[in-house]
Amino acid sequence: MSVRGRTGSIPPRVWAGVALVALALALLPFAAGMIGQAWVRILNFAMIYIMLALGLNIVVGFAGLLDLGYIAFYAVGAYMYALLASPHFGIHLPFWVILPLGAGLACIFGVLLGAPTLKLRGDYLAIVTLGFGEIIRIFLNNLNAPVNITNGPQGVNLIDPFRFGGFSFARSETILGISFSGPQKYYYILLLLTIAVIVVNIRLQNSRLGRAWEAIREDEVAARAMGINTRNVKLLAFAMGASFGGIAGGIFSATQEFVSPESFGLFESIIVLSMVVLGGMGNIPGVILGAVMLTLLPEFLRATMEPLQNALFGRVLLDAETVRLLVFGIALVAIMLYRPAGLWPSAVRKRELEVPEAAEAAD
Amino acid sequence: MLTLLDAKDISKRFGGVQALDNVSFTINHGEIYGLIGPNGAGKTSLFNVLTGIYTSDGGSFIFDGEPLDRLKPNEVAERGIARTFQNIRLFQNLSALENVMIGRHVRTKATVVGALLRDKATLAEEAAIEKRAYELLEYVGVAKRANDLSKHLAYGDQRRLEIARALATEPKLLALDEPAAGMNATETQALKRLLEGIRRDGTTILLIEHDMKLVMSVCDRVLVLDYGKKIAEGSAADVQNDPKVIAAYLGGEITLKAAGA
Repeated sequence: MSVRGRTGSIPPRVWAGVALVALALALLPFAAGMIGQAWVRILNFAMIYIMLALGLNIVVGFAGLLDLGYIAFYAVGAYMYALLASPHFGIHLPFWVILPLGAGLACIFGVLLGAPTLKLRGDYLAIVTLGFGEIIRIFLNNLNAPVNITNGPQGVNLIDPFRFGGFSFARSETILGISFSGPQKYYYILLLLTIAVIVVNIRLQNSRLGRAWEAIREDEVAARAMGINTRNVKLLAFAMGASFGGIAGGIFSATQEFVSPESFGLFESIIVLSMVVLGGMGNIPGVILGAVMLTLLPEFLRATMEPLQNALFGRVLLDAETVRLLVFGIALVAIMLYRPAGLWPSAVRKRELEVPEAAEAAD
Repeated sequence: MLTLLDAKDISKRFGGVQALDNVSFTINHGEIYGLIGPNGAGKTSLFNVLTGIYTSDGGSFIFDGEPLDRLKPNEVAERGIARTFQNIRLFQNLSALENVMIGRHVRTKATVVGALLRDKATLAEEAAIEKRAYELLEYVGVAKRANDLSKHLAYGDQRRLEIARALATEPKLLALDEPAAGMNATETQALKRLLEGIRRDGTTILLIEHDMKLVMSVCDRVLVLDYGKKIAEGSAADVQNDPKVIAAYLGGEITLKAAGA
C-alpha cells in the first residue's frame, strides 16, 4: 500500500491529510477532557490496547500461531516496572530505563513460552499458551513467600508515575498558559509510543521476516522446504509480539500506580485476541480499529445505559458490567456470522474466507 | 562427469511396510534423472528422505561431496536441494510474486534489525528479491499472473509457479514430484521445454513422473523402484526394454510372443 506518486514523492494532498489527523489527535484529549477526565483515561487505555492488539497480531495474524496466553507478557512488563519504580524494593529507576528493560524481559519470556510450543499446531498450541498465561498469573499471585518478590494478591502500589527531572506525569500543570492534567500528559507520550509501535509493525510486515511469517501461516511444510528456519522465525514472532506487551504493561503500571495479578487473567487474553479477530486479523488498520472499538464501546455503553435505564424504568435493571458482557457476546456472534474476516479485513484474510463460487467465477 | 548425488543403501520402514529397501543410485551434474515405478513403489518416500522430511533408517547421501546426515528440511534447502510437491503446496493466499519472493529467503539475509531500520542494504536486497522473483515468473511463463493469488491460478500455472519458487532458492538439484500430473499434451510439451531449459542453464533435475513419453524423451538416466527396491538403473532406452521393469508395471511376466505375432 503506497501513496507515493510516479516520481516517488508524496503528493501534497496526503501531507494535508496527515496534518489534519495530527491536529485532531493533538486536540482530542482536550475535547475528551471537557466531557470528563475519565474519558482521557479511556483514550489512554485505548492506546494501550492498540499496542497489545498489534503485538498479538504479529503472533496470531502474521505467523498464524494461536496464542491464548498473550497477557503474560503484559504482566511481565507491568510487574517489571512496578518492582523497579516503587517503595516495594526501594528502587526508583526512571521510566525511560525501565520500559526498554521491560520490553527486553518480555522478549525473553516470549522465547521461553514459545520454545515448548514449536511442534504444536492449532488447538494444542492454543491450550498450551493458555496454560502458560495462567502459570504467569499464578506465579505473580504466589511469589510472596518465602521471599516476597511480587507481594502476592495484594499487588504492588505506590508505583512511581513517569518522571522527567522535576516534571511528573501524574500532576496537573500549566505549560505556556494551557492546563494539562495528568492523564492528558500521559496521552501524548502514549500517542508517540503507539505511533512508534504502528510504524514498527508496518515495517515488520513488509520485510523478509514478515514474508517468512506469512509463509509459515500458509503452509509450514512448504515454508521449511524453501529453507525457512521455522523454529527461529516462530520464536521471533513470539519475542517481537511479547515486546509490545511488555512496553504496554510498563505504561499500565505507571498510569494506574498499582498492579495486582487480577488484571492479568485469561479473560484479558481473550479480550485482546477478540480485538485482533474482530478488527481484521493480520491487517494493521483493522486491528487498530478493533482495539479502539472494543475499548470505547463498552465505556460508551456504561455511560449511557445506566442513565437510560433510570429514565425508562426508574431504576437500573442490568448494571453496566452485565450490559457490557452481553453486548460483547452479541457483537462477537454477529461478526462471526456476517463478517468473519473482521470489520476491516486484510486483503489476504478476505481471500481465505471467500465463498468458493466467487473464486471460481473469477477464473 | 562429476557425481552430484551419491545415495547408498537408503532404507526406510513405516511399521510393517518397508518403503525403501537398500536403494542406491547416483545422479550426475547437469543431467535430468528420472525416478519411476508403480504407485506405492517408494518414489515420494525417497524424496522425503532426501529432503529431510523423514529420517532414513539406514544408508547415506553424499551431495556435492558432503554428507547429508540428519539434516532438517530447511538445512537441505540451504545446501542446494529444492523440491516441489506431488499435490502442490503453494502459499495459497499469497500472490504468485510473493510465493517466489519467499523462495529467495534462504539466499538473502536481512534480519529483524534490517526490517526495522530499512537501511540502504536492506532496501537494496528487497528490490533485488522482487526483481529476481519477476524474472523467475517470466522464466516459467506465469509473469502475467504475478499479482494474482496463487490459489486462483490455473492448474498448469500453479505447477509452473511451484517450480519458479523452487528455482528461487538457487538449487544445485531441483527435485520435481510429478510436475506433469494432470497436464494435457500441449502443457506437457511446454513443461518439457522448460525442463530442458533448466538443464541447459546448469541445474540438475531429479524427476518423479508417470508420463512415460515425457520421461523417455527428456531424462538422461532413469531409476526404477518397485516395492521399495531398485529394480533397474540406466539410460531411458535400456530401462524401457528391461523385462523386470515391464513386469513391474504390467504385473507378472509377459511372453513376447503375442498372439498372431
